[in-house]
Formats: sequence, structure tokens, C-alpha cells
Amino acid sequence: MTFESPIIEWAPLAPVLIVFAAAVLGIVIETADPKVWIRRRLQVALALVATLAAAATAALQWSVLDGDGTRVVVDRIICDRHSLIWMVMIAVFAALAILLFSSRVGGDDAFAPLAAAAPGSEEEREASEKGLAQTEVFPLALFSVGGMMLFTMVSDTLILFIVLELISLPLYVLVALSRRRRLLSQEAALKYFLMGAFASAVYLFGAALIYGGAFSTSFTIIDTAIVQYHGREALVLVGTVLALVGLLFKLGAVPFHAWTPDAYQGAPTPVTAFMAAATKAAAVAALIRFLYLAVHRFEWEIAPVLWTIAIATMLVGTVAAIVQTDIKRMLAYSSIAHGGFVLVAVTSFEREALSAAVFYMLAYGLATLGAFAVVGQVREVTKDGSLGAEATRLGQWAGLGRRSPWMATAMAVFLLSFAGIPLTAGFIGKYVAFKAAFDSGGWPLVVVAVLAAVVAVFFYVRVIVLMFLTPVPEDLKDAVEVTESTGPSLVVGITALATVLLGVVPSVVLDLASNAAILVP
Amino acid sequence: MIPEDTVVDPMYFVVLATILFSIGAVAVLLRRNAIVALLGVELMLNASNLLFVAFARSHRDVSGQALAFFVMVVAAAEVVVGLALIITLFRSRQTISLDEPMDLRG
Repeated sequence: MTFESPIIEWAPLAPVLIVFAAAVLGIVIETADPKVWIRRRLQVALALVATLAAAATAALQWSVLDGDGTRVVVDRIICDRHSLIWMVMIAVFAALAILLFSSRVGGDDAFAPLAAAAPGSEEEREASEKGLAQTEVFPLALFSVGGMMLFTMVSDTLILFIVLELISLPLYVLVALSRRRRLLSQEAALKYFLMGAFASAVYLFGAALIYGGAFSTSFTIIDTAIVQYHGREALVLVGTVLALVGLLFKLGAVPFHAWTPDAYQGAPTPVTAFMAAATKAAAVAALIRFLYLAVHRFEWEIAPVLWTIAIATMLVGTVAAIVQTDIKRMLAYSSIAHGGFVLVAVTSFEREALSAAVFYMLAYGLATLGAFAVVGQVREVTKDGSLGAEATRLGQWAGLGRRSPWMATAMAVFLLSFAGIPLTAGFIGKYVAFKAAFDSGGWPLVVVAVLAAVVAVFFYVRVIVLMFLTPVPEDLKDAVEVTESTGPSLVVGITALATVLLGVVPSVVLDLASNAAILVP
Repeated sequence: MIPEDTVVDPMYFVVLATILFSIGAVAVLLRRNAIVALLGVELMLNASNLLFVAFARSHRDVSGQALAFFVMVVAAAEVVVGLALIITLFRSRQTISLDEPMDLRG
């Protein structure tokens, strides 16, 4: 028995390798343990440079790519235009998220000074007074980003499992590290971990069954095996459904969405922004590759399941968002609904859907990062006059337009983009996504999607009314303050500008996205 | 090479693995102790490992056995993170019951 070692094309892996190298370097910096302020600056600079360099390298590869794509590791990891455009998007989202990670309000960042100390304990108070900081969050985030970028290239069920865990494990830890409301944060992390591990295990069992039926874990071989091996299709089909559960979980599709509101509410807000924008984009990219390359011959069998899931996701996300009183939780349910909207496009199994999904996730991710950046700036004022935790109750947002006109206006732009109002990126995103589904005969799905989108306008506009048309309540006059720290203000500015630009002149990005609608098997 | 007569029909393994997988899934979904839930996840992962190894033998394809090693490593990494989270939660609440810590609702 001999093993042939595969030939690996290293060059297309450059963006991913840059991020992983920076993550490892970050760990080395942690072990060298310099003074807190040096460590912080080093880590922030390293993470920002790495993510921006990764985005630039991926963009460079796009411009020099010969033909449709390169096979990096045989047919198991593939670098084509589709994966490159997702990689650029994820790296840019990550860079924006790093800016949020690094922001400090009143001298404190969003993360616990000493994660090992119990909340409210003497150790925690001491750690906080000494100004300790948990700068491990930067390398952890980088590992996750590297995984997400790799996720878009993977064309093999087992590598997909490993990368899925690579993305998730750092996220479980990051969710538990909130500085304020730590009990909530720890509970969210445990729930996210248990449900995430459960979904990964279901995915793996599916991959094992597919291996049994198709004799391989490669997407291309699975695709041909579905036609060739008569009598084993049942194994592959059952395996496919189980594997889809794992991927839909990451997307937060109903009925695998239960973790989303808890994790989004409990996590430190920068982490929520990162998870909501980047993880979801990576999940959509991998879902598309799996559906379109490995199991598209099961279209007739899977499509009804996916249709049901898409409809349930849109309805549950929209209806549950209406009754929320916490802004983070409301945005979490809204992100579930957006997962449903993008599924509407993906389930059409048409080439058009590939570019629609890219544009949709870009519009959604930008608005999400911006919205959570604003959430992180609205703070409660504690009794001794210092800035406390985030004011996430919707009541506390009343009259925000008067407290900080710029932040409130930007938030309004993001909410309008979520709602899909013309002249914002969200409108174009919804239009191309629904058009892709409509053109392939999925009109019943589009009807439900449009209805859900109309209902969703209600709760987005409600927040805008609350910010601009409701006066500041007397008892909350001094209890809430809007800070405008540099990092988050920059993120809010960039994302608001991009949201409007993509809504007014979408053609440049739409052209790029339609060039990217090629999957190399 | 493996003699022909020692190869067992892989369908027996599919049935056994499905039973193990279901026991694990039920443990995660119904038991209220976080450690037991974690055990359930491990059982589910090992059910998949059993399938990989069984199919590798019946397909006469070593790659399935190699896959099982990857899964073991990932499972170990997952336990590290899971136990760390459970310990921090236990320190703050003195309980690891999944029914007790319920601040997140709706």
C-alpha cells in the first residue's frame, strides 16, 4: 500500500496563509507577554495588516487568474473566481470587525480583562483595575477568518468538516468573553457550543454516509457517483440531507436557528458583528459549492426541503423580530430572515443565483457591521457617572436622533437597507436574489419572500421612528449616552457610504459578481 | 490484502452506527447536564468514525481510515473548548445544569 502525496499549488492559498501566519505570530506575541499597551497595539496592527493584505492578495489573484480557476489540491481545494470574490468580501468584513474589536469606550474594550476570573469576583475587580486585557481575541479572530476564507474553496466533505470546526471553535471562545453582562455571555457561549457541536456531528455523519455511497469525499466524484452506482443512491441522499443540516445551521436557517438570538445577544457586540457578517457569508459560499457541485443531481429530491426551510426561515425570522424589545435580539432575528432571503436565490440551482448570493451577502454584511457598530456606541451611564454596558433595550433608543444625529442617520441607512428600500444596497440585493428565483420558476417562493420583506419593513421603520420622532424620555435623559470613538465611527462611515453607493451605482459590483458565477469542479 | 471472507456486509455497521448516533443525539437533546450533552456529541462523532472505518474496509480504500484520524483530532480540540466553557460557567454559577442558567429568552 503506497500513498501518493498530492501536488499542492501554494500560490492560490496565499491569502489564507497570510491570515494563518498572522494568527500564529499573534500567539507568539502573547507568549512573549510584553506590556499590555505594546501587546494591544501589536495585535491590532498585525490583525489589520493581515486581513487587508489577504483582501489585496485575493483581489490581485482575481486580476491575474488564468481561465476559470486553479485546482489547489487535486480536486479537493479549488480556487476559482467564485471563491476569490467571497474571500475578498470576508477579508474586508474581518478588517472592519477588527476595527470594532480594537475600539475602547471609556478606556475599556469590549472583552473581559481576565476571562478565567468569575464574574463579580475579587480577581475580576483587581484585573480590571490593573488594566489587564485579553488580547488573545485578535489571533482567535484571525484563525476563524482564515477558516472562513478556506471554507469558500473547499470541495471535499471531510476538509469541509475540519474547516467548519476551525471557524467555530475560536468563535465559541470569543462569544464567552464579554466584559459586561458576563453571565449572559457565558450562557450564550455554552448554548452556541452545544448546538454547534451537535450540528457538526450531524454533518459528519452525513459525510460518512456519503462516503459509504459514493466511495469518496470529493465533490466531483460524489457528483458522478450519484449517477453511476445504482442501489447506493439512498445512502448518498440520506447523507446529503444530514450534511445540509450542518451547513444550514451555520447559516441560522429554521429549524436550526435556535442558537442565533442567544449567541448574538450574549456575545460582545464586535463579535456579534463579525459572526453575523463574515460567518454567514462563508456559510453561504460553502453551501453553494456543496449544493451546486456535489449534489445538484438530487435537485428534485432536495429542492422541496430547501423551499420549506427557506419559507420557514423568512417567516419565523420576520415574525419573531416584530415582538423583540432588545435591539441586538431584534437584529439577530432579522439576520435569520435574511438567511431565508438568500436561500430563496440559492435554491433555484441557476447560475444567476451565484452572483445574486454574492451581492446579497455583501449588502447584508455591510449593513450588519454598521448596525452593530452603532449598537456598541449607545451606552448606559452608571450611577457614578461612568459609561456602563450597552443600552440595548429599544426604549433606551428613544430620541437617539437628538443625542447623536450622525450615528442615528447611519443607523437609519442600515435599517432601510435591511428593509430593502430603493437607493440602498439591500434593495438591489433583494431584487437580484428574487429575480434569480423567479426566472427559474420559483414564483411561489418569491411571493412569500416579498410578503415577508413587506412585513419586515414594519419593525425596521419602528426603530427609525423611535430614534427620530420620539422625544427623549425624561427619566432616561442622563441614563444613556452615545459615544463616538474613532474605530466604530470609521466603520459606521465606511459601511454607510458603501451601502448607499451600492444602492445608487450597483453596476460595477454586479458585473464583478456575475463574472464570479463560475464554479470549477 | 484482506481475505474476501472476512469482509462483513457494511450495512450491519450502518445500523450499529445509526443506533450509536441516535443515542448520542438523544443525550444532547434531552439530558440537562452539560457534561452528559458533551458525551453525547462525542458518541455521535465516534458513530461517524465507525462508519468511515467500516466503509474503508468494504471499499478496500485506506482513505476512510485516514479520515477517522482527522475526526479524532477535531473531536479532541472540540472537547478542550467545551470543557473550558463548562468550567467557566460552573465557576460563575456553581451549576452546569442546562435548565438553570436561563437569562436569555424570547
